[in-house]
Amino acid sequence: MEKFYTRMGDGSVIELNESEIKRDLEEGTKDAAERAKIPPLSEDDLRRLLEIFKCPDKSVGVERGQEVILSYDSGTTKFERANVSVSKLQSLQIYERMLGADTMEMGHMDYSYKPAKSIMWIEQPTLEQALLVTIPALFYGAMPNLGLYTQPDGPCPNPMQLIPQGKISEARAAQEEMVEHAIKDMVYVGSVMYESGADGINFDTTGAAGDAEFLAALRAIEILKKKYPQICIEVGMAGEFILGMHGGLTYDGVRLAGLYSHKQLELVEEAGATIFGPAVNTNTDESCPWNVSRAATFTKACVQNSHIPIHANVGMGVGGIPVTETPPVDSVSRVSKAMVEITRLDGL
Amino acid sequence: MHITHSIASGMGGMRTAGDLVGRMQMSRGMKIKEAKEYVANKLKVSVADLADPVVMSEVREDLDIGRVNALPRVAKGIDAKFRIAKLLDIEISCVNMFKDRIDRKLGA
Repeated sequence: MEKFYTRMGDGSVIELNESEIKRDLEEGTKDAAERAKIPPLSEDDLRRLLEIFKCPDKSVGVERGQEVILSYDSGTTKFERANVSVSKLQSLQIYERMLGADTMEMGHMDYSYKPAKSIMWIEQPTLEQALLVTIPALFYGAMPNLGLYTQPDGPCPNPMQLIPQGKISEARAAQEEMVEHAIKDMVYVGSVMYESGADGINFDTTGAAGDAEFLAALRAIEILKKKYPQICIEVGMAGEFILGMHGGLTYDGVRLAGLYSHKQLELVEEAGATIFGPAVNTNTDESCPWNVSRAATFTKACVQNSHIPIHANVGMGVGGIPVTETPPVDSVSRVSKAMVEITRLDGL
Repeated sequence: MHITHSIASGMGGMRTAGDLVGRMQMSRGMKIKEAKEYVANKLKVSVADLADPVVMSEVREDLDIGRVNALPRVAKGIDAKFRIAKLLDIEISCVNMFKDRIDRKLGA
């Protein structure tokens, strides 16, 4: 039987025959559907995915007219991380003039609200200058990153040290205190950047530290939206499932621990965000067809449940992209096409 | 990875009308279909033309809303955004701030 070139979730090359691809596609969507209690992909969707994975071309793309908007997390830091010797302003001009970016994002190299807060005085004039010379909309972005608020670097006891000691109530209290500190930093950074002219604020990798971090982001969004009714806020998530590191936190009466993407979306909308970015973590032990089918299932449920634009996270290790620092074009382009054509989302 | 996504599914940014459609998602929370139709209507082009770099390069030059190849006397940066705000009938924060600063300096 003919074999088709694809990859595992860690990026390593494998060859699967048609029935093996079909099996992985079916199991991937089944896994997502059972976990989140959402509909699996339809027979048509699975047939379309099969065609995408059987295509022998190295690179694939969406049908003409199906193009979507691209937004970027950690925008300018990607250049710094790659040791490209250009300033933030220059990297934004490269996004604008050479990478075909529909929107752009500026961020601090230490991409979290807490460290960004202390250098706002230098970030603001850089953003203001960038806004004078560039045309696409410009976000300022960072991660809520609740972990930075723990001792010895932060002010609060470390819940990850307290939990193994059985000090559950102390761990919960510490997380509740961390939430308050994080809200102050996110509101401060969001406010000064919006008042400097940023077109939007991006909360990236939200919920990485669990339910307390998700709560902090939701409350910060709510405050910013009340303060600036016209502000655009994009919320990119850390994963398809909110970890219950606290376990008892709620927002608008909804328990945060255990929420899957389509339920995360409802609270993000309620808080007042403008764009939602579901993230579905890639399983390195499964194939790309399995991971893409699973990610598309979670994302499609978001699109069908949404009143705001959906920009799925499709960077390294999420959305079906393999967990490798150099994601291959064959995998990335298949994820790009599949996400757009199967889920009918609004952007990536 | 950026380049791959841009080629596989992106609108093309300033090469096309990607930046304009993106602004409608951000400023009005429009879904992709509505945002494309809105921009196409304002630009008086078809939705399919929005992602065509040849058509859009000419349209952008005619409307003077900035183009990838920065020719002499073509709008760049903030002056293109003044026109984009007017063309799309949206508020662009930095444009409003620029106007406020000028008015304040001149005592208007």
